[in-house]
Amino acid sequence: MNTDMPASPQTIFTETEISKHKRWTENVMRIFFLVMTSLMILPLLLIVGYLFYKSLPVLSLEFLFTNPKDNMRAGGLWAPFLGTIYLVVVSLLVSAPIGVFAAVYLNEYARESWFTRIMNLAVVNLAGVPSIVHALFGVGAFVLFAGLGESILAASLTLAIMTLPVIIASTTEALKAVPMSFREACWNLGATRWQTIRRIVIPNSISGILTGVILQVSRAAGETAPIMFTGAVFYKNIAEGNLFAYNITEQCMALSLHLFTISTQVPDVSEGVPYGTAVVLVGSVLLVNAAAIVLRVYLRTRKRW
Amino acid sequence: MNILWKKSATNLPFFETAIELFIRLCGISSIIFVFGIFFFVFREGAGFLFNGLDLGQFLTSIEWQPTSLNNKRYGAFALIVGTFSVTTLAMCLAVPFGLGAAIFVSEFCSPKLRETFKIIIELLAAIPSVVWGFIGLTLMNQMIIRVFNAPIGLTMLNGSIMLALMSVPIIVSIAEDALKAVPDSYREAAEALGATRWQVIYRVLLPAAKNGLLAAVLLGAARSIGETMAVLMATGHSVNIPSGPLSWIRTLTATIAAELGEVARGDEHYQVLFIIGILLFTITFVVNLIADLVIKGIRQES
Repeated sequence: MNTDMPASPQTIFTETEISKHKRWTENVMRIFFLVMTSLMILPLLLIVGYLFYKSLPVLSLEFLFTNPKDNMRAGGLWAPFLGTIYLVVVSLLVSAPIGVFAAVYLNEYARESWFTRIMNLAVVNLAGVPSIVHALFGVGAFVLFAGLGESILAASLTLAIMTLPVIIASTTEALKAVPMSFREACWNLGATRWQTIRRIVIPNSISGILTGVILQVSRAAGETAPIMFTGAVFYKNIAEGNLFAYNITEQCMALSLHLFTISTQVPDVSEGVPYGTAVVLVGSVLLVNAAAIVLRVYLRTRKRW
Repeated sequence: MNILWKKSATNLPFFETAIELFIRLCGISSIIFVFGIFFFVFREGAGFLFNGLDLGQFLTSIEWQPTSLNNKRYGAFALIVGTFSVTTLAMCLAVPFGLGAAIFVSEFCSPKLRETFKIIIELLAAIPSVVWGFIGLTLMNQMIIRVFNAPIGLTMLNGSIMLALMSVPIIVSIAEDALKAVPDSYREAAEALGATRWQVIYRVLLPAAKNGLLAAVLLGAARSIGETMAVLMATGHSVNIPSGPLSWIRTLTATIAAELGEVARGDEHYQVLFIIGILLFTITFVVNLIADLVIKGIRQES
């Protein structure tokens, strides 16, 4: 009927069956993937919310600053909390310098060769070694071979080696972000390699390095398996309120192991205590991570090049 | 920086030479540590491995009776099956979600939403494994009892869900990197031919990034195999060949964690636990190596 009429703009731009179908599939796919991604937020919110809700009866400042009582059936978290701080600080003191300098070597000194390839492979594999194998290594190397016995020192060294790849990876990233021209300018002024690294490269990447260090802290604080047999104990009585209550050649309690103990090994623990322990552990780890994220975002906004 | 590196360090001050030596030492530390781990774990277990352990029995028997008085058996087959079945089920749950989320974050998202999702995934990755185990023990345990009407919720399914949640962040971040590594010209060429976003993903990006996606799955699996506390607390911890998702199991990692505290040093049982450690180290080493080769493979192609 309309064969002699010229095609109006409407008919040209009307969707054909095939493009309608294409658009429909596209939208379905977009929503499908959105749902998949959102499903990952759900457990995070659910878990944090559930733990927090269940621990409301016990959560207070006093919970954090009193010792476990009554064979760990009640009381607070002072001894395990302080123990975790000790483990984290000592492991940080070991792994931060080694990790940062290892990344400096890989990025600033080493030439591209089979050897650097192996080095990178070693970092990847070190990150992939199961935590319980790190524990066995800690027992074999630090507790027995080095004669440290089960102590904070042995446990921290085990944690330090385990978390080394975290620091190496983020430091490498931070060093790579420093433009090559910065280094060239410095070398042209007659600076040596170390002077360039010390005065130019590290100051310009310090915040990225710090992010890695913060992530190391969060990783070390949450680990259980590597410290179980190298220095953490189920129970130890220490003075409340004394920050120097532990000696690094002795054993200590740790938050993560404490959570494991009171939720599986001790019968009749009062209802809120395990949840409170879990909240303190998750809360501190997430807070530390959030600090790293905030630092990174802040950094990106004030980048000078 | 490698081109400009030259050996002009003839009269460097002493401090500088010392610090360079220290940096070099730190550089090779990771190699030393990987060898050290193998050496020290091997050293503790070697005696019994070469002298006394029936390796055939270790790998094929399901009888794990290390504390029996007159009939000690070290058959780790059930533990190996336990580790691999819980990992397989975890990957069945984690891979679709992980890859789906990676596709969404890398292809469909606005930059702002992408940042938000990445932060959430990072936070999910930060939750310690003992907390996942605790969730399995409490919340997931009750949910499984209620949903499946099971007598007890500490099962392979429980452990798999925990492992899936733990390995999803790794899968997402590596898969997203792999998708990002596909050159934009591929996307532009496909779109110029009239392809929709989904067609671009399905026909162009997934085939082009398949190696990276495979590496993401492998690294996620390696993480699951090595996970200890969550499976120790959530899977029922009983030596058993699983007959379905609702049966309880025991893994290699959990066995070490549960028994190492109770054995005397130098004992056969103690050494067997270190041999299990060697086995675990070898498995994860091989999986990580394959993943690394797969990733390097793509880098050389592009």
